[in-house]
Amino acid sequence: MTVFAIRRMLQALIVVFLMSVIVFFGVNVIGDPVYMLVSPDADQADIEAAIQRLGLDRPILEQYWLFLKGAAQGDLGNSFIFGEPALRLILHHMPATMELALTSLFLSILLGIPLGLYAGLYPESRVSKTIMASSILGFSLPTFWVGLMLIMIFAVQLGWLPSTGRGDTAVVLGIETSLATWDGLSHVFLPALNLALTNISLTIRLTRAGVREAMSQDYVKFARAKGLSIRRIIFVHVMKNILIPVVTVLGLEFGSLIAFSVVTESIFAWPGMGKLLIDAILQLDRPVVVAYLMIIVLFFVLINLVVDILYSILDPRVRLQDQGS
Amino acid sequence: MKHVTTAFAVAASVLALGAGAATAEKITIGLASEPTSIDPHFHNLGPNNALSVHIFDRLIAQDDKQRLSPGLAVSWKPIDDLTWEFKLREGVKFHDGTDFNADDVICTFERAPNVPNSPSGYGTYTKGKTLEKIDDYTVHFKTAEPYPLMGNDVSTIPIISDSVGCGGTTEEFNAGTAAVGTGPYKFVDYKPGESITLAINQDYWGEKPIWTEVEYRPIKSGPSRVAALLAGDVDMISGVPTTDIATLEANDDIQLSQGVSNRVIYLHLDQFRENSPFVKGPNGEDIKNPLLDQRVRKAISMAINRDAIVDRVMEGVAISAGQLLPDGFFGVSEKLQPVAYDPEGAKALMAEAGYPDGFQLTIHGPNDRYINDAKIAEAIGQMLTRVGIQTAVETMPRSVYFGRASSGSPEGLPEFSFILVGWGAGSGEASSPLKSLIHSYDKDAGFGSSNRGRHSDPVIDAKIEEALRTVDDDKRQALLAEATEMAIENVAIIPTHFQVNTWAAKKGLRYIPRTDEYTLVMGVVKE
Repeated sequence: MTVFAIRRMLQALIVVFLMSVIVFFGVNVIGDPVYMLVSPDADQADIEAAIQRLGLDRPILEQYWLFLKGAAQGDLGNSFIFGEPALRLILHHMPATMELALTSLFLSILLGIPLGLYAGLYPESRVSKTIMASSILGFSLPTFWVGLMLIMIFAVQLGWLPSTGRGDTAVVLGIETSLATWDGLSHVFLPALNLALTNISLTIRLTRAGVREAMSQDYVKFARAKGLSIRRIIFVHVMKNILIPVVTVLGLEFGSLIAFSVVTESIFAWPGMGKLLIDAILQLDRPVVVAYLMIIVLFFVLINLVVDILYSILDPRVRLQDQGS
Repeated sequence: MKHVTTAFAVAASVLALGAGAATAEKITIGLASEPTSIDPHFHNLGPNNALSVHIFDRLIAQDDKQRLSPGLAVSWKPIDDLTWEFKLREGVKFHDGTDFNADDVICTFERAPNVPNSPSGYGTYTKGKTLEKIDDYTVHFKTAEPYPLMGNDVSTIPIISDSVGCGGTTEEFNAGTAAVGTGPYKFVDYKPGESITLAINQDYWGEKPIWTEVEYRPIKSGPSRVAALLAGDVDMISGVPTTDIATLEANDDIQLSQGVSNRVIYLHLDQFRENSPFVKGPNGEDIKNPLLDQRVRKAISMAINRDAIVDRVMEGVAISAGQLLPDGFFGVSEKLQPVAYDPEGAKALMAEAGYPDGFQLTIHGPNDRYINDAKIAEAIGQMLTRVGIQTAVETMPRSVYFGRASSGSPEGLPEFSFILVGWGAGSGEASSPLKSLIHSYDKDAGFGSSNRGRHSDPVIDAKIEEALRTVDDDKRQALLAEATEMAIENVAIIPTHFQVNTWAAKKGLRYIPRTDEYTLVMGVVKE
């Protein structure tokens, strides 16, 4: 397993390198950051000075070489806008996004699996049909619209929850998190629910399909014939089998939750990485965009690794090894 | 039972009294755009400058109409052609208790243009000025040439403290250790993307504001900002989306405040290329650039129905423009009115200029920079098409737009033929747009830096340069107005409207709108 993990990390490095090429050259053909930065009052000399200071007057290959040299030493460049190292800026915004993504994942599992299980066990009941119909809505309604509706209903009309922002934070195990305070939790609930809607629906559908398929299989019949309680059949035998696709999909979705919660973070003014990314893109803060995407690639590789390891725990037939290597 | 009730009532009134005595007045404001730093010299950007006004005073303050008034300087006047004498206010203390004096001014002007990693610094305002300390409360500003705009330039530089500020890094400012000013508010806390907290400076030398504690929250998404106000999470918001104004106006719990800004929205036309890339003949053939002809430019201006843009596109929240700044600003012309809508006259003028069949044109504009910018470009496109100029509309994000509009052609020249842009006069007087938009493009002298149409008229240039040398206010005002009239007569640019900004607050609060578009808690009053 250690060899497997090391090989995976090496592959990850190659992917990150390729990504850096694509992203670096990609963002460098779009727009001109100088005009996003300098004050309109600046005259031609000021503008030229700014171009030089940002190193934008150099040939693109030289810029890339300088970037690679810095990256090798853990320096992904300074944000054009904030003047701070891009990496530090991203790490600073990470806890906010992580707590949002984790809460959202938790909600997906907490709501998605039981509802899906019920819909799978009693497919003909009216409740199940309602669950399935709602899950279609969960898929198809656009996030920004649902987010605004959630704010309008729970914050504006009912006044139960705060509309935007992150709320009070407390330090737990050295990490500043809003999950540790009541005020923070009340702030995280709406954006997390908004972010989770698609995944709840996805989990419901996957679980239901899995349960329906498993229930008609021989091992279930056999277990029944053997006289096992229905509880044990469902929660031990059936669950184990249906969880594999659920874990895979949720694992991948978790990556997306962290990386691209842009819409939700913008609507709820959540100070996370997604908001940082969209602002960086809009203002052409190239170093932040590049650093962000490289970190995200690393993330996806790591999450996939964790998913693979979870597989082997859930299904002992799966061995951790690369095919054809 | 009755006794119990009375006891409660007494207890409640005691509590209320206690609260009243402490006069803790907290206000939370949702901001449409976020400052990028607490360091007042880091980034010359509207939101940053607005925030720094709270913590750091300037030598000269700008009021809500950007008129100059004494700040940390009690008086300033030229003592000869090349020297301005500033008398400083005595008895002013920084937030850390140290005294304010000339040393703070000297070191501030040294640091302001030299902040490491600054995306856009303050060198624009400090260059060409040499400071000399005469005594603790007198400073001389020397220039190589007569410099009438001294007061405007100086009013943009926030004064920091010699003891902790001048040696401070941007990080130390963001952490608060160096964020020590003389302003009405003290720095409390800064969480990027989340909140900025300030507390009142009880020892402030000027008029003390009514709010003791202030929290600014950046909420960039317009609908969310409005929702936060409706939900009562914030007491006031800036940048109300025009689409929400009607609904908020009808809401009894909300109070709107509106005011014209120093920002004019205008059109630049290619006046330097014989073959302009986005101008074609009526059948798509190459033709000599008709925009070089003043009659054609005039016809375009007459073809634009400014009132319709204000009414329909801007939902009434704008003012038709006939020049570079709205009424009331220094250097505006009293003669100029918005060009009247006259499609027939425009057609006649086109025919006179030799274009009875019109021509093809593309208007380029940003779609995320000014209020309703893309919609305005579309409206103008339709209006021009109606008088025979078949106009295509192309809008793009500002990150792409401004680079191409300024230097996007293969030769590094402006790429487009006909563009929609805006200009906010940061100095609050007419020399700012005249110098940057109307004066011929002159890289060495730093003129015409945003003259993307490259209009060039030596007579106007001379007039602007003369104004910039004239220290006498009345004479300068007249010169600026004359230069503006000549530019409009030439149709150097076509102004369409002045932007009006809208703030919304909960009932009982009102905002005194500012022409510089800043949101300052000092301007939030109770009714």
